[in-house]
Order: sequence, then structure tokens, then C-alpha cells
Amino acid sequence: MSISALIVLIYVLVLASYLGFELISKVPPTLHTPLMSGSNAISGITIVGALIASNEMGYSTLSKWLGLVALVLATINVVGGYVVTDRMLKMFKKK
Amino acid sequence: MTIGIEIAYLIASVLFIIGIKYLGKTKDARKGNVISAVGMVIAIAATLFTLEVLTLLEIGIAILVGSAIGLYYAQKVAMTKIPEMVALFNGFGGLASFAVALSDYYFKRDTDLASLDAINLTSIIVSVLIGAVTFTGSMVAYLKLDGKVSGQPITFKGQHLLNLLLLIAFFAASVLVFLDPSQVNYIVILIVISLLLGILTVIPIGGADMPVVISLLNSYSGMAACATGFILSNNVLIVAGSLVGASGIILTQIMCKAMNRSLVNVLLGGFGQTVASGGEDGPAVVVKEIGVEETAMLFDSASSVIVVPGYGMAVAQAQHVIRELMEQCEKRNINFRFAIHPVAGRMPGHMNVLLAEANISYDKLIEMDDINEDFSNTDLVFVVGANDVVNPAARTNPQSPIFGMPILNADKARTVIVSKRSMGKGYAGVENELFGYPNCLMLFGDAKQTITKVVSEMKDMA
Repeated sequence: MSISALIVLIYVLVLASYLGFELISKVPPTLHTPLMSGSNAISGITIVGALIASNEMGYSTLSKWLGLVALVLATINVVGGYVVTDRMLKMFKKK
Repeated sequence: MTIGIEIAYLIASVLFIIGIKYLGKTKDARKGNVISAVGMVIAIAATLFTLEVLTLLEIGIAILVGSAIGLYYAQKVAMTKIPEMVALFNGFGGLASFAVALSDYYFKRDTDLASLDAINLTSIIVSVLIGAVTFTGSMVAYLKLDGKVSGQPITFKGQHLLNLLLLIAFFAASVLVFLDPSQVNYIVILIVISLLLGILTVIPIGGADMPVVISLLNSYSGMAACATGFILSNNVLIVAGSLVGASGIILTQIMCKAMNRSLVNVLLGGFGQTVASGGEDGPAVVVKEIGVEETAMLFDSASSVIVVPGYGMAVAQAQHVIRELMEQCEKRNINFRFAIHPVAGRMPGHMNVLLAEANISYDKLIEMDDINEDFSNTDLVFVVGANDVVNPAARTNPQSPIFGMPILNADKARTVIVSKRSMGKGYAGVENELFGYPNCLMLFGDAKQTITKVVSEMKDMA
């Protein structure tokens, strides 16, 4: 990887982190638990890496298996995270 | 990679950001979660599009298995067990990133050793470290929360020295990896050290500090995804990972502040141990008991009530009868509210979810800073399953380990009733001064049973 490509990635990291701090500090404490389970789902974005790893990188058997393990785990996070967050948010009602 | 896929990733990143923005408002939060999920589907679809059709079967099976487990768990889990689920999922996220990093390492080693340049190796090493620490750390946190391992801090002599030595060994092995990237043995050493570090950093942390730990591990799982993004030069991984990383750090700070502890202090661990061996017992607290009928009468004659719920309420499954109590009080035009301490429950915001499940409107749940002024002109405070968060020792006793922690001013109310199974200490293992106060009355027994009786007494009065 070239230095200039790395710099672009660091730009993305810094700006996205800053945006994250701004947005999340506005989330009220009432919603902190759904925020965390929702974060679980979003951190399942590794699923993208797992898909690439279990296919494109599937050169040696070991790297393919590691990719598939990652794929199962990341899918659990994505599906489980979004479903449980929705289950919780559904209960938040104002009368 | 085609421009189409990059644009799909960009759209996904924007949807994650919008999703989190909507999560900031209670009425829009559900929509936000859906928007974020749509982003995820777009990212997955775009990635699948780039893949060769060859291995679609294995990928399909892996996704089906993962979806089935995730769906089953998410629908079955009890709301009291959400902290365990989040801890477990933090660990899965860490392990997934770890596995992707290793997979990438093996692939490049076998196909194109030259592509393992300094930048790539650094990303892989960081990803292995964060991923493995998140994984084993989260597993320990899960076992502690679930009671499979004692919530007591586990400390031993030379613990911090051992961690330091492991960290030094990690750096040494990293240098060796840079010198000869083809040597798998060095990578294995890195893996073993990282896995150990995860365990060693969480075992000294006591059960009362778990809300801090799962928030921090939540952040790590995001950082792990971020590191994987650097390996694959993939922006959507970096954006999503940083959002989660930032979220976890903010929650960690909030939790630390609510317990008046520094993060370093929490991480060094051992909290709650020195307390038990404090020695100076002082005079035993003399408490006054109250029965069910008198409790019902006090509720009946009050004009304002504040309930202080703690995790003990959820353990006793008392939240539903508390809603009935609320209905009885509201029939009598009693101002009935809940005071929520930031560390009530076992993770940030846990109490709000538990009360929402019991069908209690969220505008009845008031945050500590917004309600603390009101206690002094409140007739009756009802403490259910909470302890340390109403202990006035936090204000008055500099010797107390919880001194300086912001608390709910329950003691300032005209009368305080504490529903408690028996005279035990709080989660932090500290004696509660409040119980000996002249305006404090103890309602002993299982919270669900006693409150059910109070409710039926009140129904008879009406």
C-alpha cells in the first residue's frame, strides 16, 4: 500500500470518528442499551471483509476457513444485533 | 474494483451515519435502526456482487447458519440478559475481525509475499491484537455477567508486571514479523499473547464495573473492524468501525463519570476488595421495618412518589407489578415518576429497557440530573433493588469507597421505603447508611411478592 493511499484511509478514520463523537454524544441515556446492541450490528460490517476473505482470498484452505468462520460470526452480529435492537425499540412507548 | 461498488459502499456509510443520527430521538430510533440495517444490506449485496460464483455455496451456508443463530438468540433473549448478549456479540465482532486479518495474512503469504509491506503488516498486527483482546476479554465479561465465573475481581501478585512483560513480548514478536513476514511462528506468538492479554485485563475487574467494561469492549469491537478496513483498504469498514468505536468510548466515559472513577482506576481493577477488609465496622445500622398494609397506606396518602429502580428489581421480575402500583397511584392523582441513575442496571440504559418492557411510558423515567432537585419536596421514595446509587455515604463519608460518586438524593425525601430481600450489602460491597436514617423504612421480602400485596391492599382501599 502506498503512503498516499494510507493517508486517505486515515482521513476517513479521523473524520468518521469525529462525526461519531458528535452524533453519539447527543443520544439520550434512555437509548444507550439499544445504541450498544445497534453498534454490535454495525460492527458486524466485518461481514464485508469476511465475504472477501472467504472467496477472493480463498487461495489456501486455511485462509478460506478463517474467512468462513468470520462470516458466520459477523452474520450473527448483523442479524442478531439489528433484530434485538428492533425488539427493544418497539417497546419504547409514550402514553 | 468498479466504481459502482465504491458508490454502494459510500451509500452504506451514509446510511449508517443517518441511522445513528435517528437513534438519538426516542420516537425515530426504530426508523434509525432500519436505515442502518438497509445500509448493511447494501454493503453486503455490493460485496457479493464482486465475488466469483464459485464458492457461493459455502458462503450461502455460512450466512444461513449465522442468520439462524442470530435470529434465534435475538428473539429468545430476556431483557435482563441483554448485557450478556452485548458482551457476547462484542466478542464475536472481535473474533470475526481477527479471523479476517489472519485469513488475509495467510493468503498474502502464500500468493504474494511482497504485498506484505510495512503498512499491511502493521494493520494485520493491530487487527490481531485488538480482535483477540476483544474476543477473550468479552468472553470473560460474559462469563462474569452470566454468573458462570465469580463477579469478584481476580487479582494476584505481579499481575500488572505480567501484563507489561506480555506487552513487551508482543512488540518484540512484532519486530520479528517485520523482519521475516513468512514465518508463521511469530504470528502464532502474537496470537497467543493477544488472547492472554484479553483474559488478564478483564479478570481483575469486579462485577460492579462491568458496565464500563462492556462499553469499552463495544468500542474495541468497532476499532477491530476499523483495523480490518485498513488491511483491505475498505472505507465502509473504517467508517462503520469508527462510529462503533466512538460510541463505545462515549459510553465508557459516561459510566466512569457516573461512578466517579477514572478509566485507569477501573482497568487496574480490584475494586470492592479492600472495602470488605476495611475493619472499622462502627455501630451496626439499626433499621426500622414496615409492613405491607402500612406501605399501602403511605402510598395512598402521598401526593408525589419517586421510584428508584435497580437491577435487583429486574432479578425479582418486579417491574410488572410496579406498573400496577403506578396505575393505582395515578388513579389517585399521585405524581408518580422513576429516577434513573446512569449505572442502574448492568449496562448503560439497561433500566430504561427493562421498564419499557413492563409497558411504562418513557416520559416517566427521569434522569438523575433532572430529578435530583425534586427529592426534597417528594412525599415518598420507593427504592426497589437499588443500593449503592442511593447511599448517602457517597456524599458524607470520605472513607467510603463510593465517596464522590454522584447519587440520587433519595434520603432527602419525607419518607423512604426500601424494598429489600434481606440486609445485605450492595454490589460494591458497601454498607448503606441510608437504611439507618430516621426517615427510612425497610420493606423486607421478595420485591415481586411484597409489591403485589401492596397493590392488592391499595385496590381494597379504593
